[in-house]
Amino acid sequence: MTTPMVKAEGVHKSFGAAHILKGIDLEVAPREVFCLVGPSGSGKSTFLRCINHLEQINAGRLSVDGELVGYRQKGDKLYELKDSEVAFQRRDIGMVFQRFNLFPHMTAIENVMEAPIQVKGEAKAVARARAEKLLDRVGLADKKKNYPTQLSGGQQQRVAIARALAMEPKLMLFDEPTSALDPELVGDVLDVMRGLAEDGMTMIVVTHEMGFAREVGDALVFMDDGVVVESGHPRDVLTNPQHDRTKSFLSKVL
Amino acid sequence: MTDKFDKTPAGSPAGQVHVSKAATTAPENIKAIPVRHVGRWVSGAVVIGLLVALGYAFSQGNIQWQAVGDKLFDSTVVAGAGRTLLISVLAMVLGVILGVVLAVMRLSKNPVTSWVAWLYIWFFRGTPVYVQLLLWFNLALIFPVLNIPFIYKDEMTDVMTPFMCALLGLALNEAAYMAEICRAGIQSVDEGQTEASHALGMTQAKTMRRVVLPQALRVIIPPTGNEFINMLKTSSLVYAVTYNELLRSTSQIGSTSYAVMEMLFVASIWYIVMTSVFSVGQYYLERRYARGSLRSLPLTPLQRVKVSLASFSNRPSGGVSA
Repeated sequence: MTTPMVKAEGVHKSFGAAHILKGIDLEVAPREVFCLVGPSGSGKSTFLRCINHLEQINAGRLSVDGELVGYRQKGDKLYELKDSEVAFQRRDIGMVFQRFNLFPHMTAIENVMEAPIQVKGEAKAVARARAEKLLDRVGLADKKKNYPTQLSGGQQQRVAIARALAMEPKLMLFDEPTSALDPELVGDVLDVMRGLAEDGMTMIVVTHEMGFAREVGDALVFMDDGVVVESGHPRDVLTNPQHDRTKSFLSKVL
Repeated sequence: MTDKFDKTPAGSPAGQVHVSKAATTAPENIKAIPVRHVGRWVSGAVVIGLLVALGYAFSQGNIQWQAVGDKLFDSTVVAGAGRTLLISVLAMVLGVILGVVLAVMRLSKNPVTSWVAWLYIWFFRGTPVYVQLLLWFNLALIFPVLNIPFIYKDEMTDVMTPFMCALLGLALNEAAYMAEICRAGIQSVDEGQTEASHALGMTQAKTMRRVVLPQALRVIIPPTGNEFINMLKTSSLVYAVTYNELLRSTSQIGSTSYAVMEMLFVASIWYIVMTSVFSVGQYYLERRYARGSLRSLPLTPLQRVKVSLASFSNRPSGGVSA
């Protein structure tokens, strides 16, 4: 039996009095494209952010590739990881944000080169060569010297994907990667993601793009109000939802 | 204009000409009688009148302009200006360093350091810099001996030279203001930047150094430039602690030569030259840090002059008179 890439058992998360995640159990297999869908406020983005410890969970267990996120377990005691250890865990987990979050004071290629140089101590020439390859892969070889403000949203998001890939992660998290884009720019970003999926990258995608989920997804989870309502193969869930809540949501977005 | 349009369709060959003309020439500009801005003319005239009156008053005043010219580059005056510059730069450097430390303390999760930083800022911003200078100057009244066990021991009056009073007074005061400027700058950086950096595996320290501070600098630099220019002028207050900066050295000449106002003019000229020079420097510094925040940088004044000269020489003629 292979270790799941991500395993969540009874994950809870609250922000003050707001109980956002109310016991999430799920498993993501390696090389799987795992789609998280649901209405806004359902906790899907929060769950995604827990996976790389941008948010700290309050209860349950969450592990990536067999390793607890943010904690070390000794016997039955949990020890919080130090800042540097958390950072080390995040090296292998790429994340793409809804608002791109490119570093505005760096050019496209500098954005892609930054983490390998700063985190892995990679030589500049090596990092540059890989960054050029990655920018070429996302179709932006000619934009490498542009600053983020000089790029369209779709271009920025593709640079952001290249930046995450530069760390050669084993898992990629996508937090509504196309929600902030003009409709005509969505396709380019989804094409890049489709290519990644074909190459066997493990991906967890929070999305409202049901078409993408159906075509590319291997598994789909419908979340509402902090719990998993329904899960299964995207084709089954999207075409034949069992739960009323899923049905009413899908009738609005499809 | 109306004639032209009326005539063209009349003759059959003229119609062809009209079509080709429309294809090659730009549309005719609107020719309208401009609005008369009477108010502008009146207010302009009033202001010029007042300026002339002011100029006349000065020409009639009992001013030895000769003395202004003579003393402008007097060695005492130049040395005083040099000391003004020296104390301003040193106080600013010290103020910035201390300010950054205080800002980091203020933002730290440790409640003790955060509270101490708050207390410091509260005191040094809440009392006038002039009072602070006098406090340093008179420190020997309450602590006659400076005694740091095993490290240093000396008479306070020997430690607190006018230079030290001036430096400490200005720098510690400046640090409080710089702390608030730095804090605002750091907080202005979008949280998504920190998250993106963390998600890439960068530590807190690296995130601060590589991602947050470079972006915060863009917010910090302009007010810091203003602070320095203010510092050049505020440094005249160290007159009170007998440090021989520009104002003190000019005033001394003034009181011995009875050219009080003339020497104040000399000081003003030096101050305005120094602040102007640094304002230009600040402009280019801000441009440097605007990288990435604008799609394209605005032109520098020099570039603008060049462009306007170029457009002047090939300005299309006949735009208005057609």
